[in-house]
Amino acid sequence: MKRKKLVTRRTAIITGLSTLGAFLLPGCSHSSPPTYGNILRMGDWLTYNAQRTLLPEQSMAKEYNYRDISSFPATGTINPADNLFGDSSEEYAQLQRGAFADWRLTIEGRVARPGTYSMSQIQSFPSRTQITRHTCEEGWTAIGQWTGVPLASILEHAGIYPSARFVNFYSYDGWEDSIDMLDAFHPQTILAYGMNGRDLSIPHGAPLRLRVEKQIGYKSMKYLQRIVVTDEFIDIGDSGWSWYVGI
Amino acid sequence: MGTPADRSEIRIKHKAWVRAAHWTVTLSFFALVFTGVEILMVHPRLYWGEVGNDLTPALFELPISRNYKHGGYDNPVSFRAEAGSPVSASRTYDIFNQNGWGRSLHFLAAWLLVVTGLAYLITGLITGHFKHYIWPKLKEFTPAAFWRDFKDHLKMRIAPPAGGPQYGLLQKFTYMLVTFFALPVAVMTGFTMSPAITAAYPFLLAIFGGAQSARTIHFFASVALELFLLMHLLMIILSGFKQQIRYMTFGK
Repeated sequence: MKRKKLVTRRTAIITGLSTLGAFLLPGCSHSSPPTYGNILRMGDWLTYNAQRTLLPEQSMAKEYNYRDISSFPATGTINPADNLFGDSSEEYAQLQRGAFADWRLTIEGRVARPGTYSMSQIQSFPSRTQITRHTCEEGWTAIGQWTGVPLASILEHAGIYPSARFVNFYSYDGWEDSIDMLDAFHPQTILAYGMNGRDLSIPHGAPLRLRVEKQIGYKSMKYLQRIVVTDEFIDIGDSGWSWYVGI
Repeated sequence: MGTPADRSEIRIKHKAWVRAAHWTVTLSFFALVFTGVEILMVHPRLYWGEVGNDLTPALFELPISRNYKHGGYDNPVSFRAEAGSPVSASRTYDIFNQNGWGRSLHFLAAWLLVVTGLAYLITGLITGHFKHYIWPKLKEFTPAAFWRDFKDHLKMRIAPPAGGPQYGLLQKFTYMLVTFFALPVAVMTGFTMSPAITAAYPFLLAIFGGAQSARTIHFFASVALELFLLMHLLMIILSGFKQQIRYMTFGK
């Protein structure tokens, strides 16, 4: 009798777990990155969906005072023209020699008016300045003042289609990454050209970088080159790092 | 009905849900400690307040991984003209960093801990498990009783396994601290390091005194829990390892 009962329970647990597994395999929905059958990516998927479901949608990251601005390490790529940790970009080196006068930001994909923006065009949009905390996945934090244009302004100016679901970013140091619409239209998500009251320096991402204040630092991509708006998630393969890092 | 001397008849066994929660939390705890050490190795410096990085002073630094006290920065540049201005410096050092899997596994294990922990807390309250077995009775809660139990432990006078949740006074008190204080603090300080969660609930930053304070408290909470694990293991070994594992796994 007892034995039979045990087997029943075990069967129930196994059935329950496989149901949960199927629940964690949203392979075809394109609402977030594929999990590649990797249990770590399934955990990331769970965190992303749980945070999007449970957290209030447009809460603001804490903003600090001017006197809170701290020392700020520049990590990862510190100059795409002379890249210590990857391929160097000759294109970026040329732009740097011309003090970024020839730099343009390209916007394409699911927008009515694809095209390029010069720095003076970007700076002609109403700006936003915010003093926020940068949280690096390594464990350190730093507070800086960022000045730039809300990404929402640029996306609306380019005529983003209502069907758009993701904004993809490409940088001069070869990075590509994307954010969803909730982050893209968040008031604190800006394309920053100024840091601590000065032009953005090369180690911190000159001439233009992204700030995504409700995620870990690596989503705030430096050295922006191109923005592509898409209806579906662009799968660039498993980078080994979580795509969503609000945590 | 057995006689009172017949212990196997009157013994209260560990409930199945207690056993399941115990081993699930054990599994997630091991994963959390393993990945926690890996994550700490990437930046083995701890701070107080909102800010802490290689360019600001640390409370202390742990000699783990090649990232310990490395130089690897070019010359600092001041953000402002005045003296004492915050600086920027570029890192030229290729650091140890396995956080890609480390962080994801840490959070996966944290999900397991939080979900199991919540289920355990709710079941424990509803069934009266905490009231009956974990919270010391008021009359037990005297300095003399504590002192007696403490002396018994020092003299290694360890009772044989009861085979169920009939715990000693210090044992109850320790389980209470772990369940209702150390683990919740570890979880809450974990939340306080999350940019999305603190944007939604900024009071977390106020409670723990900032993101880096939360990280430091998270570290000490984990040290406390690891010390508990060592003591817990020691007590299990001293009171009869095989029997204890059997009671907690199969209930008998």
